[in-house]
Amino acid sequence: MASYVTKRLSIGLVTLLLASVVVFAVLEILPGDPARIMLGMNASPETVATLRQEMGLDQPAPLRYLDWLGGLVTGDLGRSYTYSTPVIELVRERLAVSLPLALISLFLSTAVAIPVGVFAASRSGKLSDTIAMGTAQIGIALPNFWLALLLVYVFAVGLQWLPSGGFPGWSNPLQAIKALILPAISLALPQAAILARVTRSAMIETLGEDFIRTARAKGLPRRKVLWRHALRNAMIPVLTILGLQFSFLLAGTIIIENVFYLPGLGRLIFQAINQRDLIVVEGVVILLVASVILINLVVDICYALVDPRLRTGR
Amino acid sequence: MTIETPIFTPEPEKHVLRRALSRPSFVIGLAITLAVAVMALVSLFWTPYDVTRVAVAGRIQGFSWAHPLGTDHLGRDILSMIMLGARNSIAVALVAVGIGMGIGVPLGLWAAAKGGWMDEVLMRANDVIFAFPSLLSAVMITAIFGPGAVNAIIAIGIFNVPVFARVARGGALAIWPREFILAARASGKDGLKISIEHILPNIANLLLVQATIQFALGILAEAGLSYLGLGAQPPMPSWGRMLFDAQTRIAIAPHLAIIPGMAIVLTVLGLNLLGDGLRDAIDPRQRRPR
Amino acid sequence: MKSLVTVFGAAAITLASANAALSARTDLVIGVVLEPPHLDPTAGAAGAIDEILYANVFEGLTRIGPNGEVLPGLAESWEVSEDGKVYTFKLRAGVKFHDGTTFDAEDVKFSLDRARAEDSVNAQKVLFSAIDTVEVVDPLTVKVTLKRPQGSFLYNMGWGDAVIVAPESAETNKEKPVGTGPFRFDRWARGASVTLVRNPDYWGEPAALEKAEFRFVPDAAAAVPALLSGDVQAFPNFPASDALEQIKADPRFAVVIGSTEGETILAMNNAKAPFDNLKVRQAISHAIDREEIILGASNGLGQPIGSHFSPANEAYEDLTGLYPHDAEKAKQLLAEAGLADGFSATIKLPPTTYARVGGEIVTSQLAEVDIKLEIIPMEWAQWLEQVFTNKDFDLTIISHTEPNDIDIYGRDGYYFGYNNPEFKTVMAELDATVDPEKRNELYRKAQRIIAEDAVNAFLFQLPKVGVWDAKLVGMWENSPIQANDLTKVRWTD
Repeated sequence: MASYVTKRLSIGLVTLLLASVVVFAVLEILPGDPARIMLGMNASPETVATLRQEMGLDQPAPLRYLDWLGGLVTGDLGRSYTYSTPVIELVRERLAVSLPLALISLFLSTAVAIPVGVFAASRSGKLSDTIAMGTAQIGIALPNFWLALLLVYVFAVGLQWLPSGGFPGWSNPLQAIKALILPAISLALPQAAILARVTRSAMIETLGEDFIRTARAKGLPRRKVLWRHALRNAMIPVLTILGLQFSFLLAGTIIIENVFYLPGLGRLIFQAINQRDLIVVEGVVILLVASVILINLVVDICYALVDPRLRTGR
Repeated sequence: MTIETPIFTPEPEKHVLRRALSRPSFVIGLAITLAVAVMALVSLFWTPYDVTRVAVAGRIQGFSWAHPLGTDHLGRDILSMIMLGARNSIAVALVAVGIGMGIGVPLGLWAAAKGGWMDEVLMRANDVIFAFPSLLSAVMITAIFGPGAVNAIIAIGIFNVPVFARVARGGALAIWPREFILAARASGKDGLKISIEHILPNIANLLLVQATIQFALGILAEAGLSYLGLGAQPPMPSWGRMLFDAQTRIAIAPHLAIIPGMAIVLTVLGLNLLGDGLRDAIDPRQRRPR
Repeated sequence: MKSLVTVFGAAAITLASANAALSARTDLVIGVVLEPPHLDPTAGAAGAIDEILYANVFEGLTRIGPNGEVLPGLAESWEVSEDGKVYTFKLRAGVKFHDGTTFDAEDVKFSLDRARAEDSVNAQKVLFSAIDTVEVVDPLTVKVTLKRPQGSFLYNMGWGDAVIVAPESAETNKEKPVGTGPFRFDRWARGASVTLVRNPDYWGEPAALEKAEFRFVPDAAAAVPALLSGDVQAFPNFPASDALEQIKADPRFAVVIGSTEGETILAMNNAKAPFDNLKVRQAISHAIDREEIILGASNGLGQPIGSHFSPANEAYEDLTGLYPHDAEKAKQLLAEAGLADGFSATIKLPPTTYARVGGEIVTSQLAEVDIKLEIIPMEWAQWLEQVFTNKDFDLTIISHTEPNDIDIYGRDGYYFGYNNPEFKTVMAELDATVDPEKRNELYRKAQRIIAEDAVNAFLFQLPKVGVWDAKLVGMWENSPIQANDLTKVRWTD
């Protein structure tokens, strides 16, 4: 087992290193001079040159890459060109929005999807199953930004129950949570639809297995078998999807954070790309990539713990 | 990041299709998909109005005989724009899937046939691509090359490559140990020949199902990109940008936002139903969604 | 769909009555589109910096008033020598910076010398180019000697780039701005908002507001719900002019259409064929339908212009009739230029709504005279690099928001590639003229030259669409400079 973990870990690190090269190289060819953008239309060429030097942009690319990589290892992601603050601090500020948003969405989607999935599986083939899965199909087809648009106009503009966007900060936790509800629903619903379908099919598979039949034969109540025995065993594929969804939620919020103008990671990176704040883009992308790799690593190791056959294969 | 590959018994296409057609969800999906496709095809040679000409004086109209779905903020006919938008969505998603299959499937087959370090390298490369959140990378790609339909296709296409590579590899690995492959090997055929002649036909159904799913995802991704202004550029209409243009006017003219949104939902729904129906028909035991 | 609208209406009424019950408040949330990159107006061109800090946190020797007039600022009065070269400023006594240090003549000398220094990163160094020396006469008197007389010097000293900073805090202003204004910087939640609080030790009349939060609402789509839901109470520059109908009908809000210094133009690359041909440029000017563009791109609110000059300025001359919309005339001119079959070109559009929508309309209009345009949208970063810096473009749409900036037509190497010695002579004369009447005459002459040369197609003056809570008074109607001066803003009730 230890050697398997070591192997997975080293693969993860190699992937991360390759990804860092890709990120850096891609951003090198991004057109647009950050110094010019910071100074604006009427700045003189000398002023721009001075600033370029100040920002270290006159150094050759490989040198800057090594410099950046060295910083990464020590947890220093550099200093934002536009905000002139350490990138790590920006990330920390933005995570205070994105992480809770991702967690609330994850909670919402799980809270809706698992009961619906289990219910549909238990009624497999019946009308209620068809209705539940038909709704899920529509949910999967919903573009989350369109859902967001409709939610804002009903719940923020129309009913005025919830704010239409923006984020007041965590000094007022109630307001902060309120600001995250609509974005979280927009993100969670399409994900919940996918999760409900995965849960359902995993449950149907598990319900067909011998130990469930044995449990039923022993006279355990149907409800108990469903929730205790079957669900526990159906959790593995469900957890895999949850792992994937979490990294999606953390990164895939670019559009939703734009709709609700939330100061989260997604918007930070969108703005940074447009303003050519390359050091921020590099830092955030590599952190997101690292989190994806980490989550997959954890899922893989969990798998191996459950199913020893996987340790030798692949 | 393990994508399970269903193990199934290959069977003639005819049976699959007959079984599929007996499923209502497949028939509904097929009908929607065909309707959208027909709309897109018709738009190639006819739309009710020319959307490249604006007529600002007649902007934001409701439903009427002259404009069945009204007009937008520049006085363009929405029905015509929806038709052209269908063409744009389908074209982008279709080519993106084509890129994914064209590159991903050969890579996957190759990895399965060779095994060893080649397999390892290819799969690691896949891991690197998979590690990038796809929408994020699409935004970066379009930022580099500039917004536009072609770059949207590339951005979406790149992320289809590892998906098809995995599906093809997984499918192929399940078939390689089978007897008829052993027989083919014994008769002296090399890996390339076996992959093309025996493996590919046997995983075609699997690839088709994945293609429908990726096609639907492609439509959603295109809508997202063009909503952010990174997809097809005017005067070519796109559903995502129609939504973007509509959102400031949603309270005065909600139909501007509702119609393109419905178009996206219906199209994606149709394709997903089609894909599910196919999968169930291919392997009734394996009713596993994405 | 209808019921949805009814729901909105009903909810609007409920909120209106709920609000009336509140007593006069002293806090305000102001929506601004762009987040500033940092908070030092003397170290960056971003208008977003001035929009928050100008006149609120930082003050200059002079200040620009709501209608573009030059008013006393930190200098309570000044004298100009006969030859127009020496300005002696009398400074206000008892002024303190927010960190408690005293404001005096040394700070003025420091600020002006810093701005015009060799290694200065001031984005508008040209404002200080006429300055020869800055001398401290006594703690409350500063003498500025110019290399040559400059008619616009007092105006220049009122720009956000010319505000007075203290040597003790100049280096940290980007993060923690320290000025002399009626508001102090409180907090910057990056990506969300900047908060200012009232400065109790202000030298002048204290502000009525205790707290002002500038919230970043990046796009038009988000601005509408933010306003309607009451989250944001004022948008000095409301980005969604297409939603105005609905807001105007709502008694909760005041909608004020003012003017800006933003001349919106269809800029052409005069240095590149076929746009180097006067007839082609004239043909384009005839081919566009200004009214339709104004209707589509500014919801009918923009004022048509026929040259690069603000209609609000007293030297303005109406040249909008020079090239009436006439497709036949345009075709004829194109034929005379040897382009009877039209031609293809690109139009590169920055991300603002007026440019993107205007670009779609222009493309459609030029297609009528067989000029086929390919639309290339870009972010500011690319636009600045490709169009503005590298001059790699055919056509673009852009609003020039700097006040009184007709002199850009006389600059060498400016992006639209115009070069006319006659125009340069007029500009040189203008620079050396102090008499207002003569200056106005020269301005008129300059407007005519560039209009006759059809350097660009002049579209409209960007409107300032201010939308705020109807109970709020003291907001600026016009924006002679990019600023949101909150000194006189208060809630009524």
